[in-house]
Amino acid sequence: MHYTFALAGNQNSGKTTLFNQLTGSNQHVGNWPGVTVEQKTGTMLHHHHGKQTHLGLPVWRRSGHGVLRKETDLKETRVPEKYSDVTIVDLPGIYSLSPYSMEEIISRNYIVKTKPDLVINIVDATNLERNLYLTLQLLQLGRPVVVALNMMDEVRSHGDVIDLKAMEKALGVPVVAISARKGEGLDELVRRSMDVAEHRQLPGKLDICRGEAHKALHAVAHLVERNAMARDITPLYAATKLFEGDEPMIAELDLSEETRHIIEEILSSMEKEQGMERAAVMADTRYRFIEEMLTACVIRNPEGPDKLSDRIDGVLTHRVLAIPVFLVMMLLVFYITFGPFGSMVVDWFSGLVDGGIQVMGNALERWGVALWVRELVVKGVFTGVGSVLGFMPTILILFLLLSVLEDSGYMARAAFLMDRPLRKLGLNGRSFIPMMMGFGCSVPAIMSARSMSTQRDRRFTIMLTPFMSCGAKVPIYALFTAAFFPDHPVTVMTALYLMGILMSIAAGLLLKRYVFHGDASPFIMELPSYRLPTPRNVGRQIWEKAKDFIRRAFTVIFLATLVVWFLQSFTFNLTAAQSIGESMLGSIAGFLAPVFAPAGFGNVQASTAVLTGIMAKESVVSTLAVLSGAEVDSVEMLANLRSIFPSTLSAISFLLFVLLYMPCIAAFAAMRREMGSLRWAFWTVAGQTALAWVVATVVYQGGLLLGIG
Amino acid sequence: MTHENQQLRTLADLKPGERGIVAQVGGEGALHRHLLDMGITPGVSILLQKTAPMGDPLELHLRGYALTLRVDDARKIVLRGDDEDVEDPGYATPNAHPQGLPH
Repeated sequence: MHYTFALAGNQNSGKTTLFNQLTGSNQHVGNWPGVTVEQKTGTMLHHHHGKQTHLGLPVWRRSGHGVLRKETDLKETRVPEKYSDVTIVDLPGIYSLSPYSMEEIISRNYIVKTKPDLVINIVDATNLERNLYLTLQLLQLGRPVVVALNMMDEVRSHGDVIDLKAMEKALGVPVVAISARKGEGLDELVRRSMDVAEHRQLPGKLDICRGEAHKALHAVAHLVERNAMARDITPLYAATKLFEGDEPMIAELDLSEETRHIIEEILSSMEKEQGMERAAVMADTRYRFIEEMLTACVIRNPEGPDKLSDRIDGVLTHRVLAIPVFLVMMLLVFYITFGPFGSMVVDWFSGLVDGGIQVMGNALERWGVALWVRELVVKGVFTGVGSVLGFMPTILILFLLLSVLEDSGYMARAAFLMDRPLRKLGLNGRSFIPMMMGFGCSVPAIMSARSMSTQRDRRFTIMLTPFMSCGAKVPIYALFTAAFFPDHPVTVMTALYLMGILMSIAAGLLLKRYVFHGDASPFIMELPSYRLPTPRNVGRQIWEKAKDFIRRAFTVIFLATLVVWFLQSFTFNLTAAQSIGESMLGSIAGFLAPVFAPAGFGNVQASTAVLTGIMAKESVVSTLAVLSGAEVDSVEMLANLRSIFPSTLSAISFLLFVLLYMPCIAAFAAMRREMGSLRWAFWTVAGQTALAWVVATVVYQGGLLLGIG
Repeated sequence: MTHENQQLRTLADLKPGERGIVAQVGGEGALHRHLLDMGITPGVSILLQKTAPMGDPLELHLRGYALTLRVDDARKIVLRGDDEDVEDPGYATPNAHPQGLPH
């Protein structure tokens, strides 16, 4: 028997952690049909009384005793043979089911229309009041629900007690205590979930309101009953949505003029009685129900919660200290990534890669492989792919640090601190996270702009993200500083990064003036409690990035190097080219070269590097290496580089162009997806390339006038 | 429904460390619904924990969690007058109904 479970919950409720725990590595990431919101699905792990078997590997470790375990021990765990086939769909993190964001619409349509066999509602047990608000809405959808109270380990350590039985009774659905981080209570969650799914157990009747609101709600439910039932919607849910003036629901119910009139009468008279408007009545009703229920189900530690999170926050967002702390944090991220530690790891890893290439090259020679094949494989492919792989540690270290900041809750504070300055650009604090990630890689950065609530904010943020110099450009900077500024590597790097940031501010001001008029959407954001990031979660994210990087190295970049090698080795008549100038690549680049002449690098090699940089920024380095016929970073290559770029000024101009021109093709594809428009993505990269050309030209010509170079 | 009346005390008038009780929630459409969904409903008690270094946005504590909101939006949330009772129903309120619980 195949089942589908949907996982629903607030942001910061530990939903991703639970999803990872339940599915292990059986995940598939795609998009929701028709929209660009990410959809993750996975197959639930097999699960046996304390031991888990999936591909023969133990996946969940059991730990902890006390509250969580007691209940589990009482019941016999059933043999889960028929548990074999459960697909888990991770719904977007949402706070409500109102129709104001894409995520909310997706979630409710999925639950109501696609009808998963069960909704697992994950609830942050340290933040019950606001989390249960979504729970009440989910229960009204009339689909089977199991509530998973997450972070119960923290509740226990606070000294609070939650009466699960009382909560089950109040909500009318199973409530299971878990700790997704520690893997506690998961077997119980799986068992109860299967139970509910197998028996198609619907939530008990839940009456959350009293008095006038109650009367009005039931009157409306009665009025819309027939239309709602015909459309497979529970009347009570339809009624609450009418209270909230929910446009999609009003349209879907297709009520008669007369019925709508009566409903309007009922609601207006209730508004008078209650002294607040209808949507507020509904929200108030839900929160009142929750407050009452929590009074009965939760005993708080009389000493109050542990204020550690508040104390940390007191420093991190302190009126005076916040900005210095923020700057130190950001500098620390860059120092660790690009400083002595980062370069040590990179050196070690490139040594490993180079060794590998050497071994493979020797093997090919021993096997008597033809020379031209060896040339292609070793010089073309291995060197190209190798130069990219060697750089992987930098990106991974950066992502490691960024995900620690994210998981600890600091990123949200950074957004809080940066809201005011970003508002000047017509953005809001939420744009900070994609921009920060842009220093790592534009692709996930662009994808993370999804958290912005309007399309305007999303597109605006995405347009500025590539100005944050991505990690893949670091090898280019490193190569050029080694060749032209061996004594000032840090100054040059810093200047380039600052230049990118300055240009993003300039571009932001221009865009605000001419493209995106007005202000960003309101900045309303939860500031999650500080939590120690778990090695498992951080490790998992790093692993995902590493996989993605390796995949890219062996697909896009492999292909790019192959294409470059082919184009530079043959003429248009498909005969072997005697020199690069004769080859196809040389002809194309030669055609393009005059365009870059005013910027000071109007030669075939530099133009070729610019072209291959569109495939992947790392290719700029490998192309220059291949074209100069020398190993990356060798003394020869540095000398050859100085012949490609005759003056330091032309090298600076080239660096500025590479910093600012269009991002790689993968980032372009991400832009097209996330902006929801090919036209927007095209104009974005065209604008960036034009800007890069103007800046490079102005700098070069200005420099010449001043007699530099 | 706009509540930009100068006479009324709003959430933006609170000082850091001060607490107020919401009387009315303003804002239009999505903003209004979002404020309600995040727990800013009439009658709820909100603590202004602090402001960002430049005085904006605000960090609010309500319903046991922290929320950030800009001053402009906070102005749309009207508080009850001083004469009305301002109690402290925050997170640390000891529970008065411990009946029927295990342990």
